[in-house]
Amino acid sequence: MITPQIAIFLVLAAVAVAGAVSLILQRHPIHSALSLIVVMVALAGLYLLQGAEFVAAVQIIVYAGAIMVLFIFVIMLLNAGEEERTNASRLARFVGVPLAVVFLAEVAFWIGRATSQLGPGPPEAVSTRDLSALLFREYVFPFELTSFLILIALLGALVLARREESD
Amino acid sequence: MNELAAQHPLVIVVLPKVVILLFVMLTALAYLTWFERKVVAHIQARWGPYRVGPHGLLQPLADGVKFLFKEDVTPAGADKFAYFLAPFLALSLAITSIAVIPFGPKGLTMFGQPTPTGITNLNIGLLILFAITSMGVYGVALAGWSSNSKYPLLGGLRSSAQMISYELALTMSVVGVILMAGTFNLSEIVTAQQDFYFGFVPRWNLIGSPMPQVLGFLLFFVAAVAETNRAPFDLAEAESELVAGFHTEYSSFKFAMFFMAEYASMITVSCLATILFFGGWLSPFPQTPLFAWSHFIPAAAFAAAGLALIVHGVRYLTVFGRIVLPVLGAALCGVGVLCGQPGVIEFIQGPFWFLLKIAVFLFIYVWVRGTLPRFRYDQLMNFGWKVLLPLSIVNVVVTSLLIVLTQR
Repeated sequence: MITPQIAIFLVLAAVAVAGAVSLILQRHPIHSALSLIVVMVALAGLYLLQGAEFVAAVQIIVYAGAIMVLFIFVIMLLNAGEEERTNASRLARFVGVPLAVVFLAEVAFWIGRATSQLGPGPPEAVSTRDLSALLFREYVFPFELTSFLILIALLGALVLARREESD
Repeated sequence: MNELAAQHPLVIVVLPKVVILLFVMLTALAYLTWFERKVVAHIQARWGPYRVGPHGLLQPLADGVKFLFKEDVTPAGADKFAYFLAPFLALSLAITSIAVIPFGPKGLTMFGQPTPTGITNLNIGLLILFAITSMGVYGVALAGWSSNSKYPLLGGLRSSAQMISYELALTMSVVGVILMAGTFNLSEIVTAQQDFYFGFVPRWNLIGSPMPQVLGFLLFFVAAVAETNRAPFDLAEAESELVAGFHTEYSSFKFAMFFMAEYASMITVSCLATILFFGGWLSPFPQTPLFAWSHFIPAAAFAAAGLALIVHGVRYLTVFGRIVLPVLGAALCGVGVLCGQPGVIEFIQGPFWFLLKIAVFLFIYVWVRGTLPRFRYDQLMNFGWKVLLPLSIVNVVVTSLLIVLTQR
């Protein structure tokens, strides 16, 4: 039984996975970055499907619109060229491939087990008001702590960049 | 038909609206080029387009045909995929944003189905607009990078840096309005502004209480002009330095798509400025019996414009103009008469005032382009980060403080 929701989910999920695969397979950094944008927009669509309007919009504004623009900006600025593809090393072929298969199987197993225990999703859209009340009342400490952490990381990056310049 | 519409509202009700709005939008884009050329020409004491049709009215059509039949050149060594993607991305994103704009208060009823005036009414309408704006950078950045040419690359780099910087100020400058309205829904932001001071001064957000958003509006408009890459912030296509900036290598209709994208974002920004700060579709006159005559302003305006066009048209230089202009004038008079009919008169109020306000903003856009010299690149960056962003933060802090104080 395919409802419109499931159909949209399948399309978006397929786009997200295809984008992720293309991200790895592309040789040019810009094409990889574009694939990552596709993944992020598809994820935003999935959030929207879950009724999380605000999160979906923020996903596009912050990740697809701001962070990835910076990625592309840096790639353009450095004028990075195509990557050379080396033949996979023997270690990667004989140890890496089985490990990857085992890892994927494990993830699939646990997700399968978890989804069988899940209840129904939220009945309707989560309003931005509820979300902000939760964020600024209930979880205000972790929220502020995270923003503080990001600020420290930002300042650290700035200090490191400056030091390199003065040498 | 009504039953069919109830079963498939998406196809029968929404799709016609999309098609109509797309058609109107593309025509508006074409005539915006004519409008800009005319206004800039008159600012510079020239006549502007005059040869193709009366007053150059068929010039957009001629330009469009020319763009279609020009050779479409792809530079050697260009990244084909990104080179093709960039103009499509730019134009489709710019046009999509019109989908969340509300054009009037009451919903329409099409085939027995209620539907908003405008394509859709979203709870996160404003956020969707910002999301689309933030994605708009890619069109410019990719065009610059994929052309495999140094001037476009420099133009693309400049404009990405500029758009990232001004997006912050753009987003922060509207936070005051969001705080006052308490919603991201564009229709609700407009209805929150429908009160009047002393019964006749409209309480639009520009002069709203508790905190008049004059500063917010100025910041918004400056940041928006920069965000749409328009003069005096058109560093991305500074002719004197970068030939034509990011679209130097583009020709034929791909070039036209960039052009149309720029005009489409101008329209979107004008819509947004109107909705956020100037009461959207609200009439500047209160809906009281004393001001009942204001309902006839749309009809009178159309009829007056039509009459003026007829009087001017019959004395026009060319025979073609003497035929076309009076016919156009008569059509406008017909629209005016239609707008006076009961039923239509209530519906037309919203869209009329909305479009009038948008037209004023578009004129300001062109006026600014015609009068102000271009910024230097370092001035642009300093202005964005050291003036606009701090001021917008001040605006947010003061507004939220006043809201908290007045609510007690």
